[in-house]
Amino acid sequence: MSKVWVFAEIHDGGVDSSALEILAKARELGDAEAVALGPGATDAAKELGEHGATTVFASDDEVYSDYVAQPAAEALHQLVQQHSPDLVLFATNYDSRDIAGRLSAKTGSTLMSNVSEILDVDTAQTQVFGGSTLVDVKLEGSPKLVLVRPKSFEASPAGGSAEVVPVTVEIADELKKAKRVERHVEETSGPKLEEAPVVISGGRGLQEPGNFELLDQLAQTIGNTAVGATRAVVDSGWVPYAMQIGQTGTTVKPNVYLAFGISGATQHIVGMKGAKKIVAINKDEEAPIFQIADLGIVGDVLKILPQLIDEVKSRKG
Amino acid sequence: MDKEDDLNIAVCVKHIPDPNLPGEMEGERLKREGVQGVLDPGDEFGVEAGLQLKEAHGGEVTLVSMGPATAMEAVRRGLSMGADKGVLVTDENLAGADALTTARVLAAAITKAGEFDLVIAGVESTDGYTGTMPSTLAEFLSLPQLTFVKKIEGAEGSIKIDRQTTDGYHVVESPLPALITVTAGVNEPRYASFKGIMAAKKKPVEQWSLADLELSGDDVKVNQNIANIAKATERKAGEVVEDDGSGAARIADFLKEAKVI
Repeated sequence: MSKVWVFAEIHDGGVDSSALEILAKARELGDAEAVALGPGATDAAKELGEHGATTVFASDDEVYSDYVAQPAAEALHQLVQQHSPDLVLFATNYDSRDIAGRLSAKTGSTLMSNVSEILDVDTAQTQVFGGSTLVDVKLEGSPKLVLVRPKSFEASPAGGSAEVVPVTVEIADELKKAKRVERHVEETSGPKLEEAPVVISGGRGLQEPGNFELLDQLAQTIGNTAVGATRAVVDSGWVPYAMQIGQTGTTVKPNVYLAFGISGATQHIVGMKGAKKIVAINKDEEAPIFQIADLGIVGDVLKILPQLIDEVKSRKG
Repeated sequence: MDKEDDLNIAVCVKHIPDPNLPGEMEGERLKREGVQGVLDPGDEFGVEAGLQLKEAHGGEVTLVSMGPATAMEAVRRGLSMGADKGVLVTDENLAGADALTTARVLAAAITKAGEFDLVIAGVESTDGYTGTMPSTLAEFLSLPQLTFVKKIEGAEGSIKIDRQTTDGYHVVESPLPALITVTAGVNEPRYASFKGIMAAKKKPVEQWSLADLELSGDDVKVNQNIANIAKATERKAGEVVEDDGSGAARIADFLKEAKVI
């Protein structure tokens, strides 16, 4: 039976939900095991076990949360050498991307990115051209390394329990360099982008950064709604990278996605085409976004937005 | 030149097919030859970050790139913004190189080009989007990595930056040398002036092959083999209507029907 590992990110003592999604796939492919590093890892083993991990290699050492990438990549490499998994799966998150990239250099395995499906332990699938084309790639190297797009699989508890194996890797001082010295959480009033049932997203068609306030107002009016953006406006410095929806940045699968002033570049569509319903406003009737929208309005987004806020208010009574 | 606190900076730059043109496949690869190319817009933030650090601390900015001979255009573009010199690794064995190979080649080129205090790259390329090459490069160079930088706070002896997280940011500090990746929004890239474009023509550039880096075709063999390419089931387009003043009401009705209001 193949041994499939999942690198589980630990934040504030809990498992990142992306690890649970990937475990659902890992246990279909073979014997699923997880690696969790940082404070809270041992406690997290219970949840990882419930989601199908038979073994969790865990360390609560702060070195893994204090320093960026290097200690975790080193520990993971040593574990890989000791236990020889066939495949190691990572979620496309900030820390995992960094750690997977370093592990690729250490093992000499090609790291396959942007994976949306894993067909077997040797074959992964990625989507190109806005998801219109599926490419199956034969993985090479030992172990095989894959970065999975968030929300590619659905987490489902299997009701098992994991054996916890403590990780006791000595981290040399030369790997303790890039240190987190302060942590800041930016308070947002609404739900998280990746969890919100409704997502409103703005693009260049909004013309200037100040007009994002209209999206915020609409989000508050609808309720339980998050605001995102295209790479184009993030690149222009209108809104922070954390709001970027697309191939990189965040993947969203809300019930309703409202694309305002977004033309529908490939990079963007990959991050939102999993939405149940898509509504788009764009002044250009040829905009590619209309090819995937359930409702498309050809018009001036800045004119329609204030009207829409009023219309939603009146329907909510 | 060459004061104690001078920063010797390498910036990775990539020449990519113009992202405003639709992508084309050539067999199993993204078509690159004969496609109009540009300096990756994401790398302009890296070049700008390098220039600002150099202006604040003194030092030198070297651009390092890998690609076909035409990729020298991207290097020239960065030089016209103000970088001091450039290196392009070009070799027919590199066609179709993946992130691991690219990192291995860039690591060899950076090592050959000099001793650097700081290596800067964009977070991800605008054509490949793997976003892993810089981490792999950092490992090959045995450098700490400070990724997803949204603000550079200082680079006096050590480097201190704000690293983007999903719900805010972390301040990360590291001794030099180090590698950083910059997100858009870290700065406002300058335009190349006419004077800059003229000056760039006289700046030193070098073109290296794999042999110059003492690498062979075996070091860079392409490991990803395509097993199958298929069309995905497309989402169907719904109704597209011209806004005649009732557009907002149509959307509100749609939201009501979808039970989100």
